[in-house]
Amino acid sequence: MIEISRRNILTALSTVALLAGVPSSSYAADKVIKVGISLAMSGPVAALGDSIWRGVSLYQKLHQDSLPNGLKVDVIQRDDAGNSDNIKRIAQELVVRDGVRILGGVALSPQGFALAPLVTQAKIPLVIMNASTASITRGSPYIVRTSTTLWQTSYTLGKWAAKNGHKKVYTLVADYAAGHDAEAAFMKGFTDEGGKIVGSVRAPVTTTDYLPYMQNIKNSGADTVFMFVNAGRINAATTAFVGAGLKDAGLGLIGPGDVAIDDDIINMGNNVVGLVTAGVYFAKNPVKANVEFVSAYKKEYGPDALPNFLSAAGWDGMAAIYDLVRSTGGNFTSDQAMQFLSHWKNPDSPRGPIAIDPETRDIVQTVYINRVEMVDGKPANVNIGKIENVKDPWKELNPQKH
Amino acid sequence: MTDTVISILFSGAAFATVLYLISVGLSITMGLLGIANLAHGAFAMAGGYIAFALVNRLGVNFFAALLVAAVAVAAISVVLERLIYRPVYDAGELEQVLLSMGLIFASIAIAHFAFGPLPLAVNVPASLQGQVDIGWRSFPAYRLFLIAFGLCVFVTLWFAIERTALGARIRAAVDNRAMAEGVGINTRVLFTVVFALGSALAAVGGALGSEVVALTPFYPLEYLVYFLIVVSIGGLGSVSGPALAALLLGFGDSACKILIPEFGAFFIYVAIFLVLLVRPNGLFGRAQS
Amino acid sequence: MSLQDARNAAVEKLLSRRRLSPLELLPWVIALGVYFFLPQYLTLGSQILIMVLFALSLDITLGYAGVIILGHAAFYGMGAYTAGLLAVHGWGDPLIGLVAAAIAAAILGLVSGIVILRTTGLALLMLGMAVALILYEAANRLHDITGGFDGLRGMTIQPIFGYFDFDFFGKTAFLYCLAVLFLAWLFVRQVVISPFGRSLVGIQENADRMAAIGTPVARRKLIAFVLSAAIAGIAGALSAQINQFVSLSVFSFELSGTVLVMLVLGGAGRLYGAFVGAPLYMIAQDQFAKGDPVYWLFWLGILLIAVVLFARGGILGVVDAVRETIGRRLTGRVAVAAADTKSSAGS
Repeated sequence: MIEISRRNILTALSTVALLAGVPSSSYAADKVIKVGISLAMSGPVAALGDSIWRGVSLYQKLHQDSLPNGLKVDVIQRDDAGNSDNIKRIAQELVVRDGVRILGGVALSPQGFALAPLVTQAKIPLVIMNASTASITRGSPYIVRTSTTLWQTSYTLGKWAAKNGHKKVYTLVADYAAGHDAEAAFMKGFTDEGGKIVGSVRAPVTTTDYLPYMQNIKNSGADTVFMFVNAGRINAATTAFVGAGLKDAGLGLIGPGDVAIDDDIINMGNNVVGLVTAGVYFAKNPVKANVEFVSAYKKEYGPDALPNFLSAAGWDGMAAIYDLVRSTGGNFTSDQAMQFLSHWKNPDSPRGPIAIDPETRDIVQTVYINRVEMVDGKPANVNIGKIENVKDPWKELNPQKH
Repeated sequence: MTDTVISILFSGAAFATVLYLISVGLSITMGLLGIANLAHGAFAMAGGYIAFALVNRLGVNFFAALLVAAVAVAAISVVLERLIYRPVYDAGELEQVLLSMGLIFASIAIAHFAFGPLPLAVNVPASLQGQVDIGWRSFPAYRLFLIAFGLCVFVTLWFAIERTALGARIRAAVDNRAMAEGVGINTRVLFTVVFALGSALAAVGGALGSEVVALTPFYPLEYLVYFLIVVSIGGLGSVSGPALAALLLGFGDSACKILIPEFGAFFIYVAIFLVLLVRPNGLFGRAQS
Repeated sequence: MSLQDARNAAVEKLLSRRRLSPLELLPWVIALGVYFFLPQYLTLGSQILIMVLFALSLDITLGYAGVIILGHAAFYGMGAYTAGLLAVHGWGDPLIGLVAAAIAAAILGLVSGIVILRTTGLALLMLGMAVALILYEAANRLHDITGGFDGLRGMTIQPIFGYFDFDFFGKTAFLYCLAVLFLAWLFVRQVVISPFGRSLVGIQENADRMAAIGTPVARRKLIAFVLSAAIAGIAGALSAQINQFVSLSVFSFELSGTVLVMLVLGGAGRLYGAFVGAPLYMIAQDQFAKGDPVYWLFWLGILLIAVVLFARGGILGVVDAVRETIGRRLTGRVAVAAADTKSSAGS
């Protein structure tokens, strides 16, 4: 109801402005492209939504005046608290009430699956900025993803690990969809290259103490532990790994980039040092686009703030949307938008070169192998290797049936 | 085999200590005041965040920070006890549950606002990091410290409750409040003292345990089940009940993870059912009607 | 007042509960008004109607039977997964889904009720929580059937009566939810004004006395619990059908807590608490959480504390208290006047 009255007031005001002869050029209705961003800004996974939103709103802030001919991108943000029913309602409202042309955000995979039928029905392009279960983009031809898939990082890590001296791996993952994904992807990549899995365990997401799991790992004869635990448990898990003496015994600790989030590990102590991860972004990436991104980020959110792969995905998602608006002058149908977005590429993203694979509408990017080291007294991701142009391996291994 | 058993006992004991520190105050206040204070975890969280700010941000000594956190949280809890809890001592359970939910929501928002949504942990002093080798096997130093600390707290509490005049008053008030008041015990002051002590212990537990039980704004909800389980299984109003319950939970949890990890998440719920159906007042609860 | 007068008054009071007061039509008028005049709010409207139904179901067990549990989401989730799984496997008729969901949730209510209603207080609170959490974990584990954490998807919901298709604007969904809520409300209203419903209130007020006058206390509580579970299951099924998606959050502690808060904000044990609390909560959340969700949570917390400290009966409780005060003032004046006449006549 508040929305309506606000809109009425705006209409009234612009009428007054017209009568008074004030030029209202930049607000001509057809020149404003509305983008709806739904994220988990509250609730247990607020950290995800918060990081993505920082990337999105920073991009918006720095580029809102960059479009020619008075074109504007208007971002409407809503909080879905990570809930699947909420995001579906919010997306519907953004389309029906606010008239958005493009949807973006989506912190969790179940939310992406929940949205898929809706965006198909409404024919609204959806730019996914996190939700990393591989099959989501198959849920609707209107979905494009600028983040990553767990297969992209974990499968690549598996191959890399086998080639780089890790022979026997024990996997420890959180017992939910993302954990199962990471586990399967890593095992596939690792065993394909001749590595051996000596044991596996799935820890409930409610786990607080990981020390007991370390006992079996110790007995398994593994030389490396592959770990993917849910957010908030990373410190507890690495502490248990170190506390059980596995680090001192010379075991390696590896995982997808999700367990060494740049602005998360700086809050951790010595225990996290030595953790090797395969991620799609690291804050210390020296490419020019990233140096600028990091400094703009610090300027906006404070000297202690640091972007992570989520804020990069939000930033790049907005970059894709801005490029779409710029190249079409704001005149596009949903199908034209999808055509553009699924061929979109950016050689100068803060992540390095990225592109959308037109076949799968999923992102193709560099996977960085990083090692956590102490830099200026704080843990940080330091790059030790990279694999370029990585497509989502899951889709290549599971071709779509026609 | 012995190695496995020792691992189970050891890692279980450290986890149990954290649970115990946080929950024992809840057990006593619930037994004494008869109120279902589900927001108790918020005190632990507050203690953790205060210690985090002091140690990690301002570089204060770890132990000094623990003390400050305990005192500060105790002070906050006294204010809350006077203003908010006292009016609902005689209200129904439902009102108490709601009041707790309100406090939990507000504390989540405050924590989120002040410290952001990322999980945090208090830095452990260098002297407590690494391994301690006791000849044939080594243990994480910090966990040994935790267990020792927990033991000290338990012994002190047990002595205070069972052997001092204050303890006798508390026991009397738990058993029969009207009678205790009848013989001239000032239960109001007693309530405040117990409430403050329980909150201070929770604060210490939150700060010490942040390595295992990470600090996030959702702390009071996320770990609520654990605290309540310790209290309900241990029985209300006692010092040793929650200790045994916490150990049971710690050992059971770690045995489950080591021996039958597939069963993982179910252990805790099955344990609740088994214990509470057989003994609704907890394993060591005094019979209350 | 003679004995006859008192009897008449009592009978009148009991009968008056059966009569529909015009005020009771208000929610339905408002709902239809939303349908016709605020079509862009229908999706939110449907979600609100579902939460009203869910809170109404909780009112039976909490407000009337006095069973305080923090795990009502167990039944909602059971209904959601039942209807969802049926729709995934080809039984997409919405009404069959509702019935199946009600039955499945009722069975869960019966089994869990027999076990956990033997306890009271903290133990009951914990066991109720445990039931929902066990189901959460089970649904997570059985991901081949339920879709696990990624959620249950791929449902095909057929048109209602084979005719009314679910549209993008949520018109059908809204009317569907409204109709189901209306029928459920008629049923619950009938239940709470029946002798059975009055005996529940009696049990809540003094279980020992009710047992002493021969009421089978445990059985009555269990029946109320099962009824409540069945209706919660229907609410869950509605949610699954109109969203065509079920996630693990249907079993979450947050959902159990939220529905409790909604009911109590409105006023428990009054049949209409759900109708006041759920819409207010959800509209406030929709409006205030937009700008800053963290502040919303803070003020919600403060509001809850304030309700407990100053307005125990929820919003309806406050309304009643105000009405009573005004009424007492009025009748007080009449009574004083009557006493005056009496005393003057006597002298």
